[in-house]
Amino acid sequence: MRYLPLNDGDRAAMLERVGAGSVDDLFADVPVEARLAGPVPGLPMHASEMAVERHMARLSGESLTAGQAPFFLGAGAYRHHVPASVDHLIQRGEFLTAYTPYQPEIAQGTLQVLFEFQTQVARLFGTDVANASLYDGSTACWEAITMAGRVTRRSKAVLSGGVHPHYVETARTMAKFTGDRLVTRLPELVAASDDDAVIADIDGETASVVVQYPDVMGRVPDLAKIAQAAQAKGALLIVVVTEPVALGLLESPGALGADIVVGEGQSLGVGLQFGGPYLGLFGCREKYVRQMPGRLCGETLDADGKRGFVLTLSTREQHIRREKATSNICTNSGLCALAFSIHLTLLGGKGLEKMAKLSRIRAVQTAQALAKVPGVTIVNDSYFNEFAVVLPKDARTVVRDLADKGVLGGVSLGRLYPGAEALSGGLLVTASECTSADDIAALVSALEEVLA
Amino acid sequence: MNEINPSGWRPSISASGVAAPSIETFTDNRALQLEEALIFEIGNLEHCGVDFDDDDLDETLLGGLPSRRSAPVDLPGLTEPEAVRHYTRLSRQNYAIDLGLFPLGSCTMKHNPRLDEKVARMPGFADVHPLQPQSTVQGALKVMNELAQWLITLTGMHGVAMTPKAGAHGELCGLLCIRAALEARGDAREVILVPESAHGTNPATAAFAGYRVENIPATADGRVDVAALTARLGPDVAGVMITNPNTCGLFERDLKTISDAVHAAGGFVYCDGANFNAIVGRVRPGDLGVDAMHINLHKTFSTPHGGGGPGSGPVVLSEALAPFGPLPFTARQADGSVRLVEEETAAEEGHAQAFGRMCAFHGQMGMYTRALAYILSHGADGLRQVSGDAVLNANYVLRSLDDVLDAPFGAAGPCMHEALFSDDGFAEGFSTLDLAKGLIDEGFHPMTVYFPLVVHGAMLVEPTETESKRSLDQFIGAMRSLAERARAGDEALKSAPHLAPRRRLDETLAARKPKLVWKG
Repeated sequence: MRYLPLNDGDRAAMLERVGAGSVDDLFADVPVEARLAGPVPGLPMHASEMAVERHMARLSGESLTAGQAPFFLGAGAYRHHVPASVDHLIQRGEFLTAYTPYQPEIAQGTLQVLFEFQTQVARLFGTDVANASLYDGSTACWEAITMAGRVTRRSKAVLSGGVHPHYVETARTMAKFTGDRLVTRLPELVAASDDDAVIADIDGETASVVVQYPDVMGRVPDLAKIAQAAQAKGALLIVVVTEPVALGLLESPGALGADIVVGEGQSLGVGLQFGGPYLGLFGCREKYVRQMPGRLCGETLDADGKRGFVLTLSTREQHIRREKATSNICTNSGLCALAFSIHLTLLGGKGLEKMAKLSRIRAVQTAQALAKVPGVTIVNDSYFNEFAVVLPKDARTVVRDLADKGVLGGVSLGRLYPGAEALSGGLLVTASECTSADDIAALVSALEEVLA
Repeated sequence: MNEINPSGWRPSISASGVAAPSIETFTDNRALQLEEALIFEIGNLEHCGVDFDDDDLDETLLGGLPSRRSAPVDLPGLTEPEAVRHYTRLSRQNYAIDLGLFPLGSCTMKHNPRLDEKVARMPGFADVHPLQPQSTVQGALKVMNELAQWLITLTGMHGVAMTPKAGAHGELCGLLCIRAALEARGDAREVILVPESAHGTNPATAAFAGYRVENIPATADGRVDVAALTARLGPDVAGVMITNPNTCGLFERDLKTISDAVHAAGGFVYCDGANFNAIVGRVRPGDLGVDAMHINLHKTFSTPHGGGGPGSGPVVLSEALAPFGPLPFTARQADGSVRLVEEETAAEEGHAQAFGRMCAFHGQMGMYTRALAYILSHGADGLRQVSGDAVLNANYVLRSLDDVLDAPFGAAGPCMHEALFSDDGFAEGFSTLDLAKGLIDEGFHPMTVYFPLVVHGAMLVEPTETESKRSLDQFIGAMRSLAERARAGDEALKSAPHLAPRRRLDETLAARKPKLVWKG
């Protein structure tokens, strides 16, 4: 077995020191009826590297990849070009095969990256501070809701219909068990986001107001207005960002009054990966720092007075506080945070702006082309790189028909909101700097055929 | 030169405890040990390491976008050569399993096969969107389903929830299944029993899921006090969370008895599977009456830890709990294709009681591919050898050190995959931390320290099966040397490490005045 260095001679010598007759004897504490005499029945035996690679390559070949087809999907996961150096650097064994930096003297590489990452996220979000990552955007969103409950000592959260439905579902699952009250609504296929309806639901019991920016249909809500309304009632504004590239062009949520900003960092550095692992981003005002979930990296000095970094404020965390911790999270998304941070370092502020502009421009070009397809209506007035269209038939069927023609044409609202008949004609279409004029032409032509 | 250190290299530490000779350099670099500034100190807004296809950038199309920012985000950029050097230099300040033995108990730092990295990057898994039509992602869905079948078979369970994103998320999933199952029979219970030796995530998770946590004491031999546990069972107890093998590195012999008692009292058994690597291929938790157990793919199945994640924590479920597992999940169809069952069709596919969704999309695909490649490489026979060698290596460490270090449960028989020591016998004023920091100078990552809490000054050593005997012998030699220094009261140990990129860091300062972002 290529991964196991002991040979029979080693084992014999080691068993002698241990004072056991065989390896099986070391399992004497396992009740004999639960001990298997040989390999688990019903499973194959070991395989060579070549055989495993061949098997996996065959399975991989059964997918139609984003790189193979005109591609217009978004809805919380975005395709952007990731520079080759990002993947090379995250495969450095010293990053890839390190553990959570509990021994800071020999983990300054990871720790400095986390400190840089926290600073990058805070600047992008316009928040005072940011943590060292959570699992993904959806779980970060729930963590923000519970944190707002701790800060305000209230338990009601008002969620905009523009929040990604999987994020809402994740919160709904958790709220069933914690007793938090969630006010949720479905989105509507209209040009304006639901700012006014959300504001009308805020009352003196409200702990947090959760708004996505841009929202799930690509619309850009008026954060400043919602922040003012929330804070007037003593509630916190939580802003969810599923496409951080948008912040290359849009004002940061913190600058518009958000108290907590959470996001999905996947679109920088991480790639599509069929939904995971992704990267939960979490920033907030400095005054709430001791209520934050997850790991935090902070600057300090070593015994020689040299600058160094450590994990800090761990008295919030489960390994110290146990059932009184701010969250149960332990392992987070360290390597994805590294990928995100490297990509953002390669871009810099100007590069991010350029990438955002290109994404927006390709989206406008896509919308202009789609608007000419008979039966297609563009819903949005405002959008960054993602917008909704209404089709004359069920968008789920259209998406499948487009795929049969080799075009990955978008995400149907029917898939995201099963059972919501009013949304069944809705299709979310996304573009990025990867979208070419040929891709747009292919989408238009395939859609014309499918709708004909 | 000696037998365990044929290279003859020795850290040169003088009697005063200061590295010698002390030579100042202009750069603060020390040959291959290179200092590196922050990106905010070396980059600037104008630098960029990415070129775009922007020949037709028509800025007029940017009109109509509300909330436009007035200036770019204040983020420093680096060109590619600068960025590659920055991160490469930083990487060299990290210890890693690729560099040497990393005996962090409970964390399972074993070799990460590079085949697994290669297959995870295959485009049919890495370059597909989670919401593509299912007919276009069959390759990815088949990986999920194949891994699910392996996990079910290896554990002897009935079903598996694949979506949890790490161990603690898996614990949450298991407790939510228990809660949903109890609610389905109209049985509101509010207490979860947790042994004192449990990982901190267990009580934190139970609280996060809305339960009240009650601790169960351990016996003198390091195991759950079965009498205390069974005495506490009753109509208010939803379940117990037990780690097996436990955090003292011992197998809970009475787990089946405990399970039977918990079931008889109407509760459920959650097993923390963080240590499944000790028994994989030899023991099926389903045979011990477990109702739910998470499997850390980043431990047992060696997906890389990545400096703190990402992990993956699928939860295997008993027949009683499987109907309540979260959405989505995969189901193989009669024609050989695999379906992803989501909210839309869950009810018609016999999963109407699913407790809901735990996260966006379908879980940690990138970890599934790596774990499946690892599992296929080892096979049922190789996995059995994995646990056997892991346990043998730990016992070898235990019996090679128990004459110089106190092994509180050493007399009770063999340990499982990790060996537990205490600081009993150290000179006055010398602690576990001192020994751990001394290990850094010897070129090893320290073991887990001060956990489990039930042992004073605990040192939990998990060598894993991917260490050779030679590597273990070198580690044992270093540990013997350090144990003797701690017992003799060698002052140099108290200020270790002396040879790492940094000396001991002031954690109090960091917490008192938190500097969490760079402000210049």
